Amino acid sequence: MSDNEIGTPLLDVSNLSVHFGSSGLLRRRSVLRAVHEVSFGLNPGETLGIVGESGSGKSTTARAIARLVDASAGSITLDGADLLAARGSRLRRMRRDIQMVFQDPYSSLNPRRTIAASIAQPLLNHGLVSPRETDAVVAELLEQVGLPQSAAGRYPHEFSGGQRQRVGIARAMATGPRVLICDEPVSALDISIQAQVVNLLGDLQERTDVAMLFIAHDLSVVRHVSHRVAVMYLGSIVEIGPSEEVYTNAAHPYTMALLDSAPEPDPAHERGRERIVVRGEIPSAVNPPSGCAFHTRCWLYERLGEPEECRTLSPALTESTGGHQASCHFSHEAANHRPARAALAVPTTRRRFGA
Amino acid sequence: MTTSPLLEVDGLGVTFSTPRGEIRVVDDVSFDIAAGECVGLIGESGSGKSVTALSLVRLLSRASYEGRVRFDGRDLLDLAEAELKQVRGGRIGFVFQDPMACLNPALTIGFQVAEPARLHLGMSKKESLDHAAELLDRVGIARARDRLRDHPHQLSGGMRQRVMIAIALAARPGLIIADEPTTALDVTIQAQILDLIREVSTQTDAAVLMITHDLGIAAGLCDRVNVMYAGQIVERAGTSELFAAPEMPYTWGLLDSLPRMDDPRGTRLRSIPGSPPTPPAVSDRCRFLPRCPYSRDRCGETAPVLTERVDGHTARCLGTEPMGWIA
Repeated sequence: MSDNEIGTPLLDVSNLSVHFGSSGLLRRRSVLRAVHEVSFGLNPGETLGIVGESGSGKSTTARAIARLVDASAGSITLDGADLLAARGSRLRRMRRDIQMVFQDPYSSLNPRRTIAASIAQPLLNHGLVSPRETDAVVAELLEQVGLPQSAAGRYPHEFSGGQRQRVGIARAMATGPRVLICDEPVSALDISIQAQVVNLLGDLQERTDVAMLFIAHDLSVVRHVSHRVAVMYLGSIVEIGPSEEVYTNAAHPYTMALLDSAPEPDPAHERGRERIVVRGEIPSAVNPPSGCAFHTRCWLYERLGEPEECRTLSPALTESTGGHQASCHFSHEAANHRPARAALAVPTTRRRFGA
Repeated sequence: MTTSPLLEVDGLGVTFSTPRGEIRVVDDVSFDIAAGECVGLIGESGSGKSVTALSLVRLLSRASYEGRVRFDGRDLLDLAEAELKQVRGGRIGFVFQDPMACLNPALTIGFQVAEPARLHLGMSKKESLDHAAELLDRVGIARARDRLRDHPHQLSGGMRQRVMIAIALAARPGLIIADEPTTALDVTIQAQILDLIREVSTQTDAAVLMITHDLGIAAGLCDRVNVMYAGQIVERAGTSELFAAPEMPYTWGLLDSLPRMDDPRGTRLRSIPGSPPTPPAVSDRCRFLPRCPYSRDRCGETAPVLTERVDGHTARCLGTEPMGWIA
């Protein structure tokens, strides 16, 4: 379940970079470094969560793996086979193995197609079923995602957001993928529905052993579903490790700030804590800061009296105290400077739903 | 409370007329806000929380209103349009979710922040621009005076939301209505904006009506919280009380739907089955009935009303009433 395990992981991303070039009429050609030298592995039945602000490169990483954008450098292998070099029929075969679930199930479903037609499309595209068999396969997929059989002949507008996301998941699972990339799959859903979809993804993973890349900005959802978590900032992974480790023993000041920013549904906790608030906003990926990309907003840099190496030396991912990796010159100092946090607890007086 | 509240909403109902007939989206909504207080209106999409907020100053087209909205001693639902214009952006300021849709792209931010001060406080052009620079500085925009001539597209999302807050504050409002003000922002920027809202409401003693779907935001910001479901308020309590001992199954269902930072990975979330009704149909039964695991026959026979449980805590549920069956 970790990078240290012997053998190559199912999905192996190594030094992946995605750079977008842009050229203005009178401007110098500039390069946007959306993803820069990102590496991680993913095993069957495992979920890797990716968190970070918008502009951190998490969606671009996902899209590069799905071959929806071109990688500029690095390698991606699936079961040892080179994904980036695949062309033609080999690429088609790999596309079957890597499927995506998108944030907005409304814009990712064709409004003029029935649910059955949308779910069957990938099956027919890949020649996995004959037209005669599709009804039975679609029926089985509908059942797997908890939709009634009557859904097959209906159209996307007849469904609620949560049901449409179930359709999106059924379509993604249709080809029997080995890697499922979920890009903000529950962000557009209401809280009560979000929990249903999170549970569904967990059930599917248990049943099929599919590996999942789970991208979301909601830290508590990511923690809930992920075995491991990667935190991205300005195109790079700044911290990666088992989720329990990253969440309880964060080693990067950016991770600490993200965790502190997330509001918890617990009034005593929310009011009783001093939180780290990062200043400003994520800088441009066209012109990233020198040294550590985070130093321009880093609270630790400030507290340590603005050490020079943060401005001049780009920190590498190195083993941190908690047995996971972080890229900060002063990660060993970070915990000492972090404000104490009040413990979370469900009040004992509170009723639990459906108990 | 001995003094009368700043805002008192009593029996608010909102009906839209559509080609398919009348749709009642908000029904029998009553709540109040005291000066300087932060009150939350929480609920899922379609629960009627935004419609309620917009109705307070009649900002909806093709809607008919009933009930009373008393503010500064007047009923806003009775005011003539011209008088209401004095209230909108004046004594009541607004912050919406999407600042890009609310800011005029063709006008400088200086003009837009200064305008309410000219219209509502009678400042001269020069005075109002000084006032605008001061406000932009207060909401955390660096070199505020130089930025007066900037246009909205030159600002990031977080900065635009700061400008919106400056506009809401410009005419020294008694009440700020914030409708999902941080939903479009990253958590880091959200934390900055929430701190700012907290800070300006303390400094100016403006009351805040916070509309949000995020229970964490309500937990950190609000003094009292109203929970809406299917067009009605189903529970109201002081924030700590609401999170510690909710009396409406929907409320504790929402709280249990959220993954918490302290539960073990992969445990099944206790989701609420089904989905919220759209549009909320008026009926003589509990609107949460189809999704409620605790329901009894009685829930389908009468529409429950809000009843007081402990001081200041009301809920709309037969099962948790003193003679109810939910322990």
